[in-house]
Amino acid sequence: MSELPDGVERRQFDGTERLGTRGEPVYGEPTDGAWRAWNPNRSKLGAMLELGMETGLVGGETVLYLGAASGTTVSHVADFAGPTYAVEFAARPARDLLEAAESRPRLFPLLKDARKPESYAHVVESDVDVIVQDVATRGQARVALENAPFLADDGRLLLAVKSRSENVTRDPNDVFEDVRDELESGYEVLESRRLEEYHADHLGIVARPK
Amino acid sequence: MTDEADTATAGWFSDLDPGDIEGASSAILEGTAEQSNDWPQLAVEIGYADTADEYYDQLHAATTAATRAEVTEREAADDRQLVHAIRAMDDCTRTANELAERLAEWAGTVDQDAGTGIDYARELATRERDPEPGQEPLVSLAERVAALADEADDLREYVEQQAPTVAPNLSALAGPVLGARLISLAGGLEALAKKPSGTVQILGAEDALFAHLRGHAPSPKHGIIYTHDAIRGTHPDERGSAARAVAGKLAIAARVDHYSGDVKPELEAELAERIETIQARSEDGSGTDADGSDGGESDE
Ligand SMILES: C[S@@+](CC[C@H](N)C(=O)[O-])C[C@H]1O[C@@H](n2cnc3c(N)ncnc32)[C@H](O)[C@@H]1O
Repeated sequence: MSELPDGVERRQFDGTERLGTRGEPVYGEPTDGAWRAWNPNRSKLGAMLELGMETGLVGGETVLYLGAASGTTVSHVADFAGPTYAVEFAARPARDLLEAAESRPRLFPLLKDARKPESYAHVVESDVDVIVQDVATRGQARVALENAPFLADDGRLLLAVKSRSENVTRDPNDVFEDVRDELESGYEVLESRRLEEYHADHLGIVARPK
Repeated sequence: MTDEADTATAGWFSDLDPGDIEGASSAILEGTAEQSNDWPQLAVEIGYADTADEYYDQLHAATTAATRAEVTEREAADDRQLVHAIRAMDDCTRTANELAERLAEWAGTVDQDAGTGIDYARELATRERDPEPGQEPLVSLAERVAALADEADDLREYVEQQAPTVAPNLSALAGPVLGARLISLAGGLEALAKKPSGTVQILGAEDALFAHLRGHAPSPKHGIIYTHDAIRGTHPDERGSAARAVAGKLAIAARVDHYSGDVKPELEAELAERIETIQARSEDGSGTDADGSDGGESDE
């Protein structure tokens, strides 16, 4: 089991041990003092941590988060990481994301399309330590490749792939294989694992730039 | 672009004075760069911020302002979609009803048991897969009527699904369809948010209002909001009070939707309580609304 990053701990919430971070609650999750539970059923990164994947996260890193939605996961990331750039292209969830950013001075919401990195390269700094990606849209490998230039040479890509977003009818394993193949033109895959316990038909990938 | 801000080193802040949030917001939204860069350090180098920490504070203010502005603008675009949808829905319904009337008249000449209305058109369209010779045009017309009615239903579904996104509080209080109608009558959510509740109360009653102003008719008590259950369910003597109460709350709901977007469930509870009080008055027969001070909310 890999170590948890600083700022993420296993703690008791309502009598059960769960992952937690310190920050204002965002989605009605249980709290305990300054801590709030991180629900792996609602967060692919939470699931990757629960499942002991080697994310390489230590806490305090600069993060580019693609597919921030209403901020469920990225709010936890901002709780333990450093500057966190949150890219989301849909307006409605971005309203909630704004609320999560209100109490988090290093969470920067960006209403942008992750397929167009040039539309936010004037804002997102270079050499980020981590890219977290959860866009659940077609072309997930391409999005990761197009954003690779932001990543430091020794940085990490933490990617959640949803097979149904690529193709509803194909066998998820075939979809995952294609995504991995495509990804390998720009990344070295260090670890990949189905997130089945928490998210059906999702694959978690840890990779570093080539 | 200033001279020093050539494309290789131009970040969102390069042409800005610190503290110019509006400029920062549009630079975030509209700017681009071929490549990213060490923006925090560059910002300190050109004196935009004294430290990286201060840079990040400015970035936070700029990105949240930009995102808020863009979200509001895109949602405004959504309210225009909603206005078109509800108008199209009403057009489809009206046209379907007119044609159904024509159909019934026609059908009555060939079939004594012909029914009326959209239901009959639907029945005829599905029953007569193989129309008797000579009746093809009739059945074909019935199919058109049924298809138009279906289209109206689909549009209603779209409105019911979109309105709570565009105006969550208004839709909760008025119901999505009435909420969308009010937005349509006012000409948009922003326009509705700016109307005093007295105007909201008579939206859709313009014809009656003009008649009143010309001196031919009593002042209209309620416009389109008369379809609201809280008014329909109130004794006629108290409907004026009920209409004022409903209009007051709907006006507030529209303002909350336009200006903050927060969901405020307490509005619904307050309206329900107010209406209960008004309805109780007519039930125990303790008089009518003479002083006109009802409505719970004063405007502005
Ligand atoms: C599964 S949700 C993300 C959930 C989020 N990561 C969390 O755990 O809190 C996927 C999100 O990606 C967004 N998305 C899809 N395509 C995108 C794109 N090209 N650029 C930015 N966001 C995108 C969708 O709007 C949606 O909000």
